[in-house]
Amino acid sequence: MSPVGEPVPDARLVAAEKPDLLLTTEHNLCPGCGEPLAVRILLESITELGHAANTVGVAGIGCYTAFSAALDVDLVQALHGRAPSVATGVKRMLPDRLVFTLQGDGDMVNEGLQEVLHTAARGERVTCILLNNGVFGETGGHMTAATVLGQRTKNTLEGRDADYHGYPIRVADLIAQLDGAAYVARGSVHAAGAVAKTKKMILRAFETQLSGAGFSLVEVLTMCPTGWFIPTGEGPSYLDETLGQVHTMGELKGPPGR
Amino acid sequence: MSELLEGSDAMAQAAIVAGCRFFAGYPMTPFTELLEQFAKRLPPAGGVCINAESELEAVGMAWGALATGARAATGSTGQGLSLMQESFAEITLAELPLVIFNMARGQGDYFQSTRGGGHGDYRHLVLAPVDLAEAVELVQLAFHLADRWRNPVLVHGDYLLAHLAESVDVRSLDFGPAPQKEWAADGRRGGTGLSALVSPLGLGKHRTAGPGGAPGPDGPGIEGHQQAVAAKLGRIAAGEARCETAHCEDAELVVAAFGVPAKFVRFVVEDLRAAGHRVGFVRPITLWPFPAEAVAAACARARTVAVFEINAGQMIDDVRLAVLGRAPVVGIGGISTDRSGFGVGSLLDVDVIRARIEAVLATVEVAS
Repeated sequence: MSPVGEPVPDARLVAAEKPDLLLTTEHNLCPGCGEPLAVRILLESITELGHAANTVGVAGIGCYTAFSAALDVDLVQALHGRAPSVATGVKRMLPDRLVFTLQGDGDMVNEGLQEVLHTAARGERVTCILLNNGVFGETGGHMTAATVLGQRTKNTLEGRDADYHGYPIRVADLIAQLDGAAYVARGSVHAAGAVAKTKKMILRAFETQLSGAGFSLVEVLTMCPTGWFIPTGEGPSYLDETLGQVHTMGELKGPPGR
Repeated sequence: MSELLEGSDAMAQAAIVAGCRFFAGYPMTPFTELLEQFAKRLPPAGGVCINAESELEAVGMAWGALATGARAATGSTGQGLSLMQESFAEITLAELPLVIFNMARGQGDYFQSTRGGGHGDYRHLVLAPVDLAEAVELVQLAFHLADRWRNPVLVHGDYLLAHLAESVDVRSLDFGPAPQKEWAADGRRGGTGLSALVSPLGLGKHRTAGPGGAPGPDGPGIEGHQQAVAAKLGRIAAGEARCETAHCEDAELVVAAFGVPAKFVRFVVEDLRAAGHRVGFVRPITLWPFPAEAVAAACARARTVAVFEINAGQMIDDVRLAVLGRAPVVGIGGISTDRSGFGVGSLLDVDVIRARIEAVLATVEVAS
C-alpha cells in the first residue's frame, strides 16, 4: 500500500481496460486532451476487426506523435503533412494490409492538403484519421486552416476574423466530393455517445478499405482546452458549441452499398 | 548480351534487375524518360510506378514503400530534387535505403548532391557514371549500397546519360548478400509487443507494457540517434570512395572532371598524352564520399591542377581540399547550356576543352 493509497475505482477502471494494442498507459498529452480517446477507439477497432498483425500505421507530426512509441502496431513516422503519400507507398507494396494515417488538422489541412486530396482522388485503399482540434496544439495553440471564425488562438487573439484570416476549410466535405473517396465521416469525442458513434465510423472506414472500394477518411473533433484558452472541464461543451457547429458531425459519404 | 539502349531505358532496366519494385516521380526534362521507362517496365516485373502529383508526394510514396522493406527509388532533375530536400534529410535519419536519380541540367547540382539542401547532419552517397556501361553497374551498386548502409544513394546523370543510346549489357550483378531488413514495418508484428517503428526521431517502441511496469521508450533518443547516424556516415566516408585515374604518375598537369563530361576530358587527355604532354586525368566516381586521398595522390607531382565542370565552380572546392594547397587549382569549366536550359551547351566540345587544357598546359610547361 503506497502512502497515497490505491487509485480511485474510476482511474483503475481506465487502466484495466487499456486497449490491447497500447504498450503503456502513460502519455505526455495534456489533461482534457481528446486525442487519447480517439487513439483508443482507433486501436480497439483494429483489434475488433482481427487485424492487429496485419496493420501498418503512418503518423504525422503533432501532439499525437507522442503515441508513436506506445502503439503496438507497425508504424512509420512521416513528416508533417506527408503521411498520405507515405501510406500510399506502404499500401502499394503491401495491398493486403490495413493501412491508416494519424494526422492533425495542422498536418492534414494546412501542410498536407494537397497530399490528402490527391490520395483520396486516386482512390488509394487507405484510411486517413484526422484529429481536428482547430489549433496547432503542439506549438501552443496557433490558428490552423480548420480554426473556426471567432475562435481565439495565439495568433488570432481577438478571434479568427474572416476579413483578415480567411475562412476555415471543411476538409471532410471537400474530400467527400472526390470520386476516389468511398467513405467519409466526421465524428467527435466530446461525449460518450459521440465516442461510440465515431468508433463505428472508424470500423466502417476500415471495412471500406478492406473491401477495396476506395479511400476513406474519418475526421474526429478533439478537445484542446490548452490551445483554446479555456478551463479543462469546459472543453467538451466548447467543442460542441464552436467547432461542432462548423465541422458538423455525421457520415458525409458511404459506406459503399448504403 | 549487349543491345543498343537509350540511357533511361538501360538505367530503369538496371534498377529492376537490382530488385527495385517501386518508383514514383514527377515529369521534368531531362529526367522524364526515366519515369516513362519505369512506368512501362515496373508493372510487368510485379512492381509499381506512380506518376506522383508533385515531387513532395513522389519522395513520400518512396518513403512508404521503403519502410515496408521494398527496394524503391525516386528521381528528378536538380530543380525537382530541390522540392524533396526536407524528406531527403529526414529519410537519411530514418535510415531508409532510398535510391535517387538526378538527371541534371548541366552539372550545377554538385553542391545539392554532395552537401544537400536539407536540414541537419546528413550525407548521401553520390555515384556519377561516366557512360552508360558504368551507369548500368552503378545503378545496381546504388541499391546494394543503400541497403548495406541503410542510407540514400544518389545516381548523378545528365541529359546525355539519359538520352544517348549506347550498346550495353543489362545483366544482374552480384555484390554479395545485403543485410536482412528486420527493421521494416511490414504490418506483421502488431500485438506482439515487438511492433516496428520506422522513425527519423530516434524513437523505439515502449517495450514494457501495462500498469505497474516501467514504461520508457526504447531507442537512443534524438541526440544518440543523430550521433549514431553521423558515425555511420564517417564509416561510409572512410570506405566507399571510388575514383578513376590515368597518366598521373609523372603528370605536371592533372585535369579533374566527373560524370559524362569527364568522358570528353579523358579523350582530350589521351590525345595530349599521345602528343607527348605530361598531362594526367582524375575522375571521382563517388562525389560523396569524395575520393580525397586518391585525388591527392593523383596530383602529388602536379604543378597545376585543372578542374573541368559544367557549372560556375563547385567540385573545385573538394579538389582544393584534397590538394591542400600543394598546387594551384584552376577552374577551366563554366556554365554552358543550350537554349532550352535542359541540355548540352557549346562548352561540351573536345576542341573547346582541348584549347582550355592547352592554355593551362602552356603555363605549366613554360614554368618547367
